Amino acid sequence: MTKSKADEEDYWNSSKFKAFTFDDEDDELIRLKESRQAVNSIQRLVEEDDDEDDVEKVSWSGEPVGSISWSVKETAASNQRTDREPAFPKIPTDTPSLSKSQSGYSLSSLFKGKTKGGNFQSFTDTLSDSSIRLYAPELRKPKSEYKDYVSDWSPEETIQRLQQGKTAPLEKFRSLQDKLLLLDFAVSAHDGNVITAVLIYLKRTLSKEVLFRELESRQTALRHFIHYLTETKDQRLLLELLRALGRTEDVALLQYKEHLSIADENKRRDFLKSCLSLPFSAEDSAHVQDHYTLLERQIIIEATDRQAERGGKVEIFQKFPRRASILNMPLITTLYYCCFYHYSEPEGTYSSPLNIRQAFKISEKQYFVTALAARAKLKAWLDVDALFTSRNWLGFTRKKSPLSFQRVVDVLQKNSAPTQVLQDYVGLVEDPDMRISLAQKHKCHDIVINTYRDMKDRQQLLGYRGKVGRGSAEERKIDELLNNQQIRWKN
Amino acid sequence: MANSARRDSPELPDFSLLKRLARDQLIYLLEQLPGKKDLFIEADLMSPLDRIANVSTLKQHEVDKLYKVEYKPVVSTSDQLCFLIRPRIQTFYACEAVLEEQGMFGDVTTDEWAFYLLPLDDDIISLELPEFFRDNFLAGDQRWMRTAGSALHLLHSLYGPFSKVYGIGRYSKMAYESWREQVEQGEQRARQAEIGNVFLIDRDVDFVTPLCSQVVYEGLVDDIFRIKCGCVEFSPDVTASDKSVKVMLNSQDKVFNEIRNEHFSNVFGFLSQKARNLQTAYDKRRGMDIKQMKTFVSEELKGLKQEHRLLSLHIGASESIMKKKTKQDFQELLKTEHSLLEGFEIRECISYIEEHISRQVSMIESLRLLCLLSITENGELSFVTSNYGVDHLLTFSNLRQLGLLVEQQPGETLTVMESRVGKLVNDKTAGKLTDAFSSLAKKSNFRALSRKLNLVPKSDEEYDLRVPRDMAYIFSGAYVPLSCKLIEQVLERDGWTGLEEVTRLLNGNEFAVTGQITSMSDRIILVMFLGGCTFSEISALRFLGREKGKHGPNGCSVSH
Repeated sequence: MTKSKADEEDYWNSSKFKAFTFDDEDDELIRLKESRQAVNSIQRLVEEDDDEDDVEKVSWSGEPVGSISWSVKETAASNQRTDREPAFPKIPTDTPSLSKSQSGYSLSSLFKGKTKGGNFQSFTDTLSDSSIRLYAPELRKPKSEYKDYVSDWSPEETIQRLQQGKTAPLEKFRSLQDKLLLLDFAVSAHDGNVITAVLIYLKRTLSKEVLFRELESRQTALRHFIHYLTETKDQRLLLELLRALGRTEDVALLQYKEHLSIADENKRRDFLKSCLSLPFSAEDSAHVQDHYTLLERQIIIEATDRQAERGGKVEIFQKFPRRASILNMPLITTLYYCCFYHYSEPEGTYSSPLNIRQAFKISEKQYFVTALAARAKLKAWLDVDALFTSRNWLGFTRKKSPLSFQRVVDVLQKNSAPTQVLQDYVGLVEDPDMRISLAQKHKCHDIVINTYRDMKDRQQLLGYRGKVGRGSAEERKIDELLNNQQIRWKN
Repeated sequence: MANSARRDSPELPDFSLLKRLARDQLIYLLEQLPGKKDLFIEADLMSPLDRIANVSTLKQHEVDKLYKVEYKPVVSTSDQLCFLIRPRIQTFYACEAVLEEQGMFGDVTTDEWAFYLLPLDDDIISLELPEFFRDNFLAGDQRWMRTAGSALHLLHSLYGPFSKVYGIGRYSKMAYESWREQVEQGEQRARQAEIGNVFLIDRDVDFVTPLCSQVVYEGLVDDIFRIKCGCVEFSPDVTASDKSVKVMLNSQDKVFNEIRNEHFSNVFGFLSQKARNLQTAYDKRRGMDIKQMKTFVSEELKGLKQEHRLLSLHIGASESIMKKKTKQDFQELLKTEHSLLEGFEIRECISYIEEHISRQVSMIESLRLLCLLSITENGELSFVTSNYGVDHLLTFSNLRQLGLLVEQQPGETLTVMESRVGKLVNDKTAGKLTDAFSSLAKKSNFRALSRKLNLVPKSDEEYDLRVPRDMAYIFSGAYVPLSCKLIEQVLERDGWTGLEEVTRLLNGNEFAVTGQITSMSDRIILVMFLGGCTFSEISALRFLGREKGKHGPNGCSVSH
């Protein structure tokens, strides 16, 4: 469009003496369009300038000045400060190439009648014209403009329209056969969105009995329906559906799940109790029973301990104040808690670790790990020691562990056990290489030295001499060994 | 470094076009509401939106204030409120039904922002649909299928036409179908194709790979700090300051670009070499005269400073990764994973997992190990266990539904594990919710697949991680990711011929289609994971791309 032509258009636009005849309508429309183009292109140019200014000021990437997340935070903080530009850590990344592309060009302008022009070269440079045209169907009219269409589409056409995001009335499909045709076409189109659209219509217009019956033989549609009911939180209908399908265990689970939304612990316990009679599988039923028993126990323990803590007379609660209530905690956390606060209680109490172990049939290993961690945390090394000690039939004591000693050392070390305690357990690690590396790590010199001696490894022992303190007892011990003629060194 | 791409690698298409397109779509929508308006944005959409537009763009289109969508009454002085939200309760049709039920229909207009694809890097495009996996594979809701097809259609119109499409999986097939229909309905045209071939793969074809601990740098960063929308937030212990910092992770970050695909064991060496070079470059200042100094400051200093900043960030991140990993005996965890992959010393693995659970090290990791055990051993040794609280009742049910945990049939011999651990749990109940769908639960044939495809290299050979010889390097040489191996094989054979046994073990649903147009540019391959992919897989595919001189199949992750 030449400049003079544009001027002419402007004239047309502003002239009051515009001749108008109905015959000219087409012409008129074209002119109008053209003039709007002209105006638009000016607008465009203005915006383009703005944009370029902005590019100078605002560099964005990561979450820089002027980014949207930043701005939302700002709005939240104070509505007045939105225009300020704070100093924010800038991460220069993909700005260079992008800032160029931020010309004011907007695709949408294309669809307001502007097709070609010299003012958006940056885009035409990168893209051929044909590809621009290809976007056209993507940028469709707003949805509202589609309304008021009257139509007579077949079930198949209706589904196709829905798939393309267009509206299509479903109300005219009134016979069951038509409705099912709709559903089946939707399913075969693999478009979950459309499947749900049809299901919503069927839910509204079919009795539950009929709908449930038909869904039973249509698994894909059924799964969509279940998901839809779950998302819209239509618990009542979902339960009815599952019952109708004979999925009694699912019904039980779904009801059981409701306990999660009950905050009050007593109400939750009572609810769990009422769940016991639901038709769970035998196995699940045992777990629900456990769940109920656990919460019941936690409520009792919590009441007692809270009182003890407030009373200020029980030493352990003073020394190690509880960080959280024990209510609704998992079983193992509960066991740990009891090993921590109630370790030496007689087996008859609810809070005795041994009682818990019994009641919930906790495995030896599980119990052992939990008790070890709790007692080590308290630095109750005597208790730790006692955990390992067992007597054989001759009455000798020896250390036994269901857990590898390497792991035991790990647990103890994490609870900052002194070397004195650690070396007892390092020494029990079976694999010599592992034993040495652990002993070196935890500075249990005796164990390192003895292991090298047992391995008859003179070279290693010599090497280790450099690592112990000069003039120390360890050094003397090494020297003694090295001078010992009795040992038959392997190297 | 292994990063130097082969010189004859073809150029990648310019994916920034996709950003512009999404931005223009958004502007178009804003223009539908003339006049001042307040914009409410859903939290999940903020990061993607930030990649596309900025505040000044929005202001230009008369957006007054910006808010986050929250569950609380809206306070605004504006006449028009515009909400930008993810369609949580289904897309349009259900949204409209809800609006109607609430008596809001008519007061609210809805429209769709057809924002399909977000380029996260030169070679990564994402649909940014975290719910894709759950909706599709767990709930069996196919609501995103059309979206996946449309995304493919968009790529096809911009960078196509595609000459070949390969794929495996039920949803891949559906996405392909949806795409094909859209192509038929749209207009055809001839142009120079930039993307020649496409590979579609369902995430559930390979569950093993995402269950393995990641050990390439980018994967580790993701495992530990979570990379969201191409962006990571480094905590104060990384930045060595009192603030955490958000950083974009992509090829523009020169330091990151060189280490992202590297095995972690190489990263330290690389970083310290870099640091030394940097020191030398800074040291040049000494003995400079004024003029030289001026040149130095104007030409080099800025670049050096930036490199300095990036280096210290990645060194900080590496240190933090090391600290966290050594704390959890990462080495042993890896050893267990490798044994499981190899099918070796399963007893030891089970006892390790049992201990892992007992010690309550990390719930996610315990579950990951359990699932890995269950899948690699084909469910024979599976067990349900949890001492992580009643909330996980559903977790287990979901895992079972997905086929990630396969329960032993009653009557079979119970393992020691099951009798010991299984009983102490109070929330095992969940599973049954899903048994009705058990027709979908598939048997994993990992062991047989692994043999057929040679996924586990012989362990007696030394594997030099600095000079990777195959894709196994991303798992320390212990395992070639199944997903990537499939892609490699199919591309090599130009189809599924000779892989009949493999596809049978994968429950079929494979396809290979040739279009009418034979394109010259079959060297750029688009790989689309339906249900997301890991950074390790992307690294492996980049490796494959370099090896074959094809360009890095573009990871087109669908969810995260």
